Amino acid sequence: MTWNTEEVAALAAADIPEGAFVNLGIGQPERVANHIPPGREVILHSENGILGMGPQPSPADEDMELINAGKKPVTLLEGGAFFHHADSFAMIRGGHVDICILGAFEVAANGDLANWSTGADGVPAVGGAMDLAAGARSVRVITTHTTRSGAPKLLDALTLPATGRAVVDRVYTDLAILEPAGNSFRVIQLAPGETFASVAAKTGAPLLVEAP
Amino acid sequence: MINKITDDALSAVSIVKDGDTVLIGGFGEAGNPTELVHALIEHGARGLTVVNNNAGNGEIGLALLLKAGLVDKLICSFPRSSHSHVFTELYKAGRIALELVPQGTLAERLRAAGAGVPAFYTATAAGTDLAAGKEVRSFNGRDHVLEHAIQGDVALIKAQTADRWGNLIYRKAARNFGPVMATAARKTIAQVRASAELGAIDPEAIVTPSIFVHRVVLVPNPVIERDHLMALEARP
Repeated sequence: MTWNTEEVAALAAADIPEGAFVNLGIGQPERVANHIPPGREVILHSENGILGMGPQPSPADEDMELINAGKKPVTLLEGGAFFHHADSFAMIRGGHVDICILGAFEVAANGDLANWSTGADGVPAVGGAMDLAAGARSVRVITTHTTRSGAPKLLDALTLPATGRAVVDRVYTDLAILEPAGNSFRVIQLAPGETFASVAAKTGAPLLVEAP
Repeated sequence: MINKITDDALSAVSIVKDGDTVLIGGFGEAGNPTELVHALIEHGARGLTVVNNNAGNGEIGLALLLKAGLVDKLICSFPRSSHSHVFTELYKAGRIALELVPQGTLAERLRAAGAGVPAFYTATAAGTDLAAGKEVRSFNGRDHVLEHAIQGDVALIKAQTADRWGNLIYRKAARNFGPVMATAARKTIAQVRASAELGAIDPEAIVTPSIFVHRVVLVPNPVIERDHLMALEARP
């Protein structure tokens, strides 16, 4: 048993407090928006100049001048605002965004994050990932626990180029919720059916179980 | 009488010289001054350095400018997309230089140029490959990287409405890099869908004041990039 992608998104959403300003990365983190608990008001920031970003519109209401960081059509909630890129990144780099939730290729036990370059040939692309890693007050990660070929993504040390150093506060995977603790990952919660040993076997760094 | 508004895009962009740094607004397909870029291709200035968040989509606008061989170097944050094949092919063939910049650093380097700030320190990219070779200094116990302003020769941006002085308002998330690029270039050309009488735009709502705008090109019905991309996908 593991958590599916919607369950992981719901777990990450449950940890977002009322009133938080939140930036969701492209891909899996975008799903978190669908799981904010009813009645809890959270304001989503999109790096291309939106606060108060709302859900995807119906096809008839799509407007390609109202898109998210992933270039997909979105909506604006009442109270929402538009602003230019320098202001948008002042929000991020100036420490005004409370939480960002990003995807990851690798996370190290000391909180290092790699999510912008596979190190191989191809076209490199960084977007806003390094700004978010450096500037958001809390950096959280949603990722599968292992790669498609089964290699661990949670490691003693990064093997890929870093996005930021010692920045990740919490990691949500299909197997567990964990926190980088220096030389190891602290296990906060295990997915149903998983054990400390089953998760340890798929993690490239030691695990800790004691409470923080 | 001041009147910056024209419908002649080619004559407006003719101020671009060989070797210039051209700032081009837009994020994804929102805010791209596609008609101005097409006029720039017709104008034919070569050896350009272009600053844009992305690397063009399909074979329109910036992608077409790259394909025409007029750009030596691209400064951008995210040159990879599902429709960025023109850039990818040029890059892999070694026919275009790429300076990859974190998106916030890109915006701030432009903002700095516009405000007369030659360089600044930022925590973004500290400890990463994108800080390689750059000066690093510790402030408050944290490493920061020295980044230099990007001064443009000409900025090409898209806005919604202008008056004859060149005051601009934008539309939704198509604002993105437009206001900051307008400040960062010696000359800024804005294409707009509509013009307004002087005084008709609420002064409290003007986003880019006229001092940052040198020419306004009226393009009432700009091309819709998504239609172009869908046509490309439908092509056998």
